[in-house]
Amino acid sequence: MAAKTVQLDVVSAEEMLFSGAVETVQVTGSEGELGIYPGHAPLLTTIKPGMVRVVMKGGEEEIIYVAGGVLEVQPHNVTVLADTAIRGEELDEQEALKAKKQAEEAIADSSSDLSYAEAAAELARALAQLQIIRKVRRK
Amino acid sequence: MAIGKEIKTKIGSINNTQKITSAMEMVAASKMKKAQERMASSRPYADSIRKVIGHVAHAKLEYRHPYLEEREIKRVGYIVISTDRGLCGGLNTNEFKAVVRHAQKQQQDGIEVDFAAIGSKATGFFKRFGGRLLAQKSGLGDKPSVNDVLGTVQVMLDAFDEGKVDRLYLVYNKFVNTMSQEPTVTQLLPLPKAESREDLQKGTWDYLYEPDPQPILEVLIRRYVESTVYQGVVDNIASEQAARMVAMKAATDNAEDLIDQLQLVYNKARQAAITQEISEIVSGAEAV
Repeated sequence: MAAKTVQLDVVSAEEMLFSGAVETVQVTGSEGELGIYPGHAPLLTTIKPGMVRVVMKGGEEEIIYVAGGVLEVQPHNVTVLADTAIRGEELDEQEALKAKKQAEEAIADSSSDLSYAEAAAELARALAQLQIIRKVRRK
Repeated sequence: MAIGKEIKTKIGSINNTQKITSAMEMVAASKMKKAQERMASSRPYADSIRKVIGHVAHAKLEYRHPYLEEREIKRVGYIVISTDRGLCGGLNTNEFKAVVRHAQKQQQDGIEVDFAAIGSKATGFFKRFGGRLLAQKSGLGDKPSVNDVLGTVQVMLDAFDEGKVDRLYLVYNKFVNTMSQEPTVTQLLPLPKAESREDLQKGTWDYLYEPDPQPILEVLIRRYVESTVYQGVVDNIASEQAARMVAMKAATDNAEDLIDQLQLVYNKARQAAITQEISEIVSGAEAV
């Protein structure tokens, strides 16, 4: 059976991370998880720090971490404009743990230089990275 | 022998200059290569966001963002990207000429102009040229990051939001190839209408928004402007290095020519001195 596919581009300011035909894309939108299949109605949303899970033609999966950005959906193509994007396998667990710890300390310590909002955003990013690392490892 | 001492020193100093220019040529060549790579790697993002913006411009949006609306023009703003250093041929001069031509056309229609300068050469130029300089940023170096341009972009966007500027242009040197760089003036805001595309739905359609159209369009258009300006900066650096390489190559070749000419003059003078000495000796011997 020839599965329907949609053209997906994942780009960050520094590089192009993914470009190709995919069966489905899963993204963390600002309002919740989104699963996008071919022929989706036009959609525009912001993305929260999290993962982009891609199922390629033939069922192969790829996971990409994004630190926020914008998602545009057209019936025949999907574009993820990421602020920072890293392939799942390239994430560094130690770095993520360190960032998480720092962010938690910053939240706990009111005299820190980081504002609460910044620290919270930092923490969300670190948690999202850790979650992806675990997911990649489980496979 | 004291003959042609000045010429000798001159040749020596030109030789030293030539060493410097040829070293600069080689440095520029290697930097240009890196700048070109950087330009290529940031291009996908710029292309994608331009594509998305093109779609947005075609949609029948329920919410019209001010960045999409043409309005009556009283003042226009220019973001001018120049180099930080000189010795790159006519790169900056040509660019500034293009800006001035463009700005004068506006002024004839009674429209005032504001500038934002990225790069110290542009800052210097617009201080002399007159016109209000709203923002200024220099010292980006060879590896600028998107963060470096955010401040300048913010100032101009604020000016646009407050209605101080009704149209915004970006000016930079587009890197065509090593031999040619083209001063380019493009309109940033309001978003220019993209040409019609076939891969889009026909008729009227609008996006689904999550959560609301306004913040999303705000974020998207802001990103678009930032990425376009950043792309301009990266392009300009590649252009700078290419122009410097060509200029330094020309300087090295000129130095070579100059040395050849001076060497000839020096040899002639030496020969003339020897001939004179011989004829003096011969005539002296005859007299005896």
